[in-house]
Amino acid sequence: MSAVMMTRKVRKWEKLPGKNTFCCDGRVMMARQKGVFYLTLFLIVGTCSLFFAFECPYLAIHLSPAIPVFAILLFFFVMAMLLRTSFSDPGVLPRALPEEATFIEMEIEATNGNVPAGQRPPPRIRNVQINGQIVKLKYCYTCKIFRPPRASHCSICDNCVDRFDHHCPWVGNCVGKRNYRYFYLFTLSLSLLTIYIFTFNIVHVVMRSVNSGFMKTLQDTPGT
Amino acid sequence: MAETHSLQDMRQQAAIAAKVFIQRDYTSGTVCHFQTKFPSELENRIDKQQFEETVRTLNNLYAEAEKLGGSSYLEGCLACLTAYTIFLCMETHYEKVLKKIAKFIQEQNDKIYAPRGLLLTDPIERGLRVVEVTIFEDRSLGR
Repeated sequence: MSAVMMTRKVRKWEKLPGKNTFCCDGRVMMARQKGVFYLTLFLIVGTCSLFFAFECPYLAIHLSPAIPVFAILLFFFVMAMLLRTSFSDPGVLPRALPEEATFIEMEIEATNGNVPAGQRPPPRIRNVQINGQIVKLKYCYTCKIFRPPRASHCSICDNCVDRFDHHCPWVGNCVGKRNYRYFYLFTLSLSLLTIYIFTFNIVHVVMRSVNSGFMKTLQDTPGT
Repeated sequence: MAETHSLQDMRQQAAIAAKVFIQRDYTSGTVCHFQTKFPSELENRIDKQQFEETVRTLNNLYAEAEKLGGSSYLEGCLACLTAYTIFLCMETHYEKVLKKIAKFIQEQNDKIYAPRGLLLTDPIERGLRVVEVTIFEDRSLGR
């Protein structure tokens, strides 16, 4: 008994059979392919740093210092949402343990009856009534569970995810019930940030052109 | 989660006779609600009223967790304004109730189910799909 107590406790994320990668002692959960996520990070950080380096000094002096301050706040919000979406659990449903899987299989056999060899077995469906409507729950062969309503299996991460929306390569993770809020805020705030930067780029170019002509402005401000 | 729980020791010694799974009850929507129907395998192990009371309390706790009121609205707004960094310091209302549920299941196991050779598993461990009831072999009959 004491030998069992001495060994390190195996964490749940170490045993998870899906194709996820984990970092920081299980605090970070992502999909396997992270290349596009790094591209997203590079694009956002790159564009914003060009904006802060080239536009903001001019705009702060000539218009208002509140402009770069608001841009910084928005940038931090976008990054926070992106990291929260990418690193959090989308709502992965744990696979059925062997006993539960056998229980479900017996239940299916009971409903379908004996299928003679050679014939394709009927699809495994469970009908449940939700608020008076009949909804069909599909059986997941990989996870060996009947998926709850609005759950779906992600083939890239090899997990069933609750309220599965899609697998987003830009974010490097699935988007499901538990990170939908952050994903939505990320796309919303990123759109705001893009529009904000674009508007102030135009304003900057116009203001400079008024002073020194359009072509010279373009020469002076390559960052824009 | 039970770390070094006496029930874990019991589990290592006692053999598992069967497992019963209480499924989700979707009749009133997609809220987390488990069926209160008494499974036949537990008939000679535990009182029907007792079991239904446990499941009913569990359902009420989950309803409380998912309740949308003024406080949850404020919590959401405040969190959004701080870019959700506030959750590094405090827990969400849902997480607080989940802890309450874990404690409740622990209590129920200690007081009612373990003496009868049963073990309830927290549904969150199974993705809120089933309440797993493990039935251990009844050694007392062998005597």
